[in-house]
Amino acid sequence: MTNKTRIVIVGATSGIAEHCARLWVLEKEVELILIGRNQKKMQAIADDLRVRGPHAEIQVIEANFTDPKTIASLADTIASQGKIDRVLIAHGVLPKQEECQQNLTVCYNTLMINAISPILFAEAFISHLEKSNHGTLAIIGSVAGDRGRKSIYTYGSTKALVEHYVKGLQHRLARSSIKIVLIKPGPTDTAMTAHLKANGAKLADVDMVAAECVRAIACGKPFIYTPAKWRLIMGIIRHLPNFIFKKLDI
Amino acid sequence: MVMTKVYSWGRLNAFEHEVIDLSTSLLPHALKHPKSGLAYGMGRSYGDVCLNPDGILWNARTLNHFKHFDAQTGILSCEAGVLIADIQRLMVPKGWMLAVTPGTQSITVGGAIANDIHGKNHHRYGSFGDHVLAFDLLRTDGTSIHCRPQEQSDWFTATVGGMGLTGIITTVHLQLRTVPGPWFNSETLVYQSLEEFFELADGSEDNWEYTVSWIDCFSKHKGRGLFMRANHHQDDRFISQKKKLKIPFTPPFSLINRYSLPLFNALYYYLNAANSGKKISHYESFLYPLDHISEWNRLYGPKGFFQYQCVLPRSTGVETVKSILNEIARSGEGSFLNVLKTFGDRKAPGMMSFPQSGVTLALDFPNKGIRTLQLLTRLDSIVREAEGRLYMAKDARMPKDLFYSGYPRLAEFLQYRDPGISSALSRRLIGD
Repeated sequence: MTNKTRIVIVGATSGIAEHCARLWVLEKEVELILIGRNQKKMQAIADDLRVRGPHAEIQVIEANFTDPKTIASLADTIASQGKIDRVLIAHGVLPKQEECQQNLTVCYNTLMINAISPILFAEAFISHLEKSNHGTLAIIGSVAGDRGRKSIYTYGSTKALVEHYVKGLQHRLARSSIKIVLIKPGPTDTAMTAHLKANGAKLADVDMVAAECVRAIACGKPFIYTPAKWRLIMGIIRHLPNFIFKKLDI
Repeated sequence: MVMTKVYSWGRLNAFEHEVIDLSTSLLPHALKHPKSGLAYGMGRSYGDVCLNPDGILWNARTLNHFKHFDAQTGILSCEAGVLIADIQRLMVPKGWMLAVTPGTQSITVGGAIANDIHGKNHHRYGSFGDHVLAFDLLRTDGTSIHCRPQEQSDWFTATVGGMGLTGIITTVHLQLRTVPGPWFNSETLVYQSLEEFFELADGSEDNWEYTVSWIDCFSKHKGRGLFMRANHHQDDRFISQKKKLKIPFTPPFSLINRYSLPLFNALYYYLNAANSGKKISHYESFLYPLDHISEWNRLYGPKGFFQYQCVLPRSTGVETVKSILNEIARSGEGSFLNVLKTFGDRKAPGMMSFPQSGVTLALDFPNKGIRTLQLLTRLDSIVREAEGRLYMAKDARMPKDLFYSGYPRLAEFLQYRDPGISSALSRRLIGD
């Protein structure tokens, strides 16, 4: 067995996850296990991480993200190779809201990839963390999960589901040493939000968001908004009375 | 299709562009388009070399992966959207550094090649292209050319300094140089005349790797200034990170104006003169002093500013710089970031590279419309007479004849242009 910190990243090609990995490889004695759907993209990311952290050990695993059996056996295999210290579940898709309304296949994929798949992964890994009574599991939610809004409610509902699940998990593990972290980023400058940027939206810098994620995971905070201003903004949006909320174009 | 407003660093004009992110998997597909495109990195060139109004900008910042580093030879392979700051911060603790960097680290490797940028050690290390071992150039017809100084060398020399007009630089192989650590032994000296500046510059060439100077363009003593020189310091202890300041918004008028400029120039001169002498400096504060103030270009207000950088032959350098300073004084305009630096006597690696043997002077002027343009036209005549050349990375308005006379290899260069690529600068100076 090694003394290395073992970090599993599910959805390793997501912009926020990749930038977290760039920070983690700078730590001493670290092993990263990257799980993703696109082998070519992951290979480019692994090469990049090897230059940034020449001492880090990096493993790349291409996997199906929707099959419960594959997910369970993947988690079993990784756990059998050594104790897991951190798990980051980061994958997601952000289609335009109109597409989710007009095309049920897009709607189905959004629900599958953003809601069902992360929960399957979380459940698969949490049983192993529980056995060793050690580790931190982080899932990326979104500010969009705070209140259903016409501009983004399909995506938002998947993130609300994840949040509900995380709260249950935190309750279940409250007496253990395992930490569950929910990260709620605002719109961040990554490939996922390219179409928002083209519309002139102001996006948070992904380096900054990743640094805050890494810090929250290290401390085992139960949830964070990043950038922090979204806590205030979403607090207001959540508490707006319906008669005002309905008039807003958000 | 959605259009986005994009500025260059001079903030003279915001033009509408269709911005498309480049990614490794999308590359050849993203380039097939009826409209012309242009690779865009950090937008840190000042004029219009990085803009393509109403056309496409391929955002190259998404190509930001390192590929390989050989710690024995110092050869680094990376995608062209990697920032110089990322390379420096990763490599300096390992004892390696880029051989040539400009006054900011917030630029991409691709941009550094396309503008063949130079730095404070030109007399020792030449320009950025001198340390590029190879790169892959993707043409909009989908073909990729592997360019090295020894292989497809014509494509190499056309693309180094080629303003992004020959294709898209995707992957780059760079030769880094060794450094003992992040520290510099630096020295600031006061000079009272241009003659004194040239004496200092010549006298420092052999024993100092980095030389640069700031010249006061308001003082009654024409040609007084500060001469800064530095060498690497044998010490690899810690790296300090200074806190960054930020200009939080664009003020409604230029804070760099006729009332503040004489004050800023005098303050800068006296503060630094009082602190002159030798000291140990961190490489970031010596090489990239303005990076500590993010978005400093906002200080020039909503109308933006012009940069003007020329290189002048050494034989007439003193007189020409004097005439330029006199012309500025006569106009009642002024400039703050006035940089004077001698270039070494070496052949630049690109057909369209800016550096050539002589002395280079960089100036900046808040945009006051026609008045500023008239002053720049008068400076053009002085540069033309001295057979000087203007730097395209800074330019938003040079007359065509000065472009033709400054870049005699233009006709040769044009054979290597990519017909699917165009920029505001290429349309202004070349015609398409």
